Amino acid sequence: MKYMLMMHAPGNGPLQIASWPADDIKAHIAFMMNFGRKLAAAGELVGAEGLSGPEQARRVRAGASGEAITDGVFPETKEFLAGYWIVDVDSPERAYAIAAEASAAPGKGGAPLNMSIEVRQVMSGPPPEWTPGA
Amino acid sequence: MTPLDPATQDLLRTLAPQVLGTLVRRYRDFADCEDAVQEALIAAAGQWPAQGLPANPKGWLITVATRRLTDQVRADTARRLREQLVVSLVPADEQIALAADAAGVNERDETLDLYFTCCHAALSAASQVALTLRAVGGLTTAEIARAFLVPEATMAQRLSRAKQTIKAAGGQFPAPSEQERLARMPAVLHVVYLIFSEGYSASSGDRVTRVELSSEAIRVARMLAELVPGDPEVLGLLALMLFTDARRAARTGQNGELVPLDEQDRSAWDRHAIDEGDRVLQRALARGMVGPYQIQAAIAALHDAAPSTEAADWPQILALYGLLRRVDDSPMARLSEAIALAMVEGPAAGLAALDEAAADPRLADHHRLDAARAHLLERAGDRSAAIACYHRAAARTGSIPERNYLLLHAARLADV
Repeated sequence: MKYMLMMHAPGNGPLQIASWPADDIKAHIAFMMNFGRKLAAAGELVGAEGLSGPEQARRVRAGASGEAITDGVFPETKEFLAGYWIVDVDSPERAYAIAAEASAAPGKGGAPLNMSIEVRQVMSGPPPEWTPGA
Repeated sequence: MTPLDPATQDLLRTLAPQVLGTLVRRYRDFADCEDAVQEALIAAAGQWPAQGLPANPKGWLITVATRRLTDQVRADTARRLREQLVVSLVPADEQIALAADAAGVNERDETLDLYFTCCHAALSAASQVALTLRAVGGLTTAEIARAFLVPEATMAQRLSRAKQTIKAAGGQFPAPSEQERLARMPAVLHVVYLIFSEGYSASSGDRVTRVELSSEAIRVARMLAELVPGDPEVLGLLALMLFTDARRAARTGQNGELVPLDEQDRSAWDRHAIDEGDRVLQRALARGMVGPYQIQAAIAALHDAAPSTEAADWPQILALYGLLRRVDDSPMARLSEAIALAMVEGPAAGLAALDEAAADPRLADHHRLDAARAHLLERAGDRSAAIACYHRAAARTGSIPERNYLLLHAARLADV
């Protein structure tokens, strides 16, 4: 079964990581790179992407004639989606364990960040016996 | 299936555009011919390792591709019409005696026309790039998909739509004049450079299984340079890519973070590629027609020849940027020119030039402007302003390695 692991970072101001010493930033980057490699090597990684900062985010709605109406930056947003992984695992517990590992990524001074990772199951197609007409 | 050895793989990719050029010339329909050639390439990859290289590889591919094409026509058409149709597709002067592997009317033009077709103005840049890699580069759909980190089905659809677009836009071959060929060259060079830049900027993904787009672009440019040896801009582009690619091993750190030119380990640069770039650039400059790729190659050559960033011939680099601005004024070139100016006349002059460049709306909100400003502020000794600019740039870049570099650089400044 597939799960999406969504990593949320604190919003409201500059990137959290920007205030860390260089060595801590390096350690964090190395951890994340290694984490991705490990998931891929285990055959559990379906996909992962990092997202650009909330400063560039736009909300879009269709106008009366279907035109795009964009709404600008949201400085008041408390947290934003920084990136996600999609993993294919045998059990929800395994997805939670992976999320916990990501959550404990090193932050300032090497202390675990314990950031919040939202875990959601990716919905599948119908099970065979439910296929209409089958 | 036995994997292909690199030599055979190279041979297949070199022959692919020639075979396709010949087929398109004979049977006109680009989309059908392209499919047929891909099938012939796959057949070759399956049979050659086991049965050995045929005596005439190109003839073999043409024969197999033609057979696939007729199979396709057979499947599409009522039996009675089929023979007539295939015969009528062959130009009258070629119906009698042309052997499968005989050179066409002008093989060079046939192959060159493929480059033009793939860079058809009706196609989006992404489609031009994908089609060039497949039709000219001889890559499979799966390989192209992997290179761009998109699912194979997505790439297959993109390619198929591109071919439909060409068909709808009248992708037949009106055999352009020499003059028209020259006029189309910039579009082709642009697409080759796009392929190269994609390989150079995209550093995510599993390197081992990715086709190296930068190497592909260089290979395609080499073939192009053989087709049109008289065009100095083709050579200029080839030299520029060689000089840039020579720094590949030094331009990313252990965790994929960007290492800028002034922090690169120059002993890790590929001297062999730089030497070749020098030779190619000399050939281009000898022709005396200066274009933007040659100028950029000349700038890259000066960097690659210097033992350090500080020791580069900055007055010469600055003069070349001035020249570049006259032939091809682009916002990114202006940023680089401002940096060069700062190296010659000091950071204050560079910062003033950046303010001027910022008036261009294409640049005003660009993260590179902030990055350049940060760099010059740092040189000027204004640490806190530099850090703020690095952070602004980091928050806006769309590239993870670049963001990491900008954040790390700002952090190092703050740590001092």
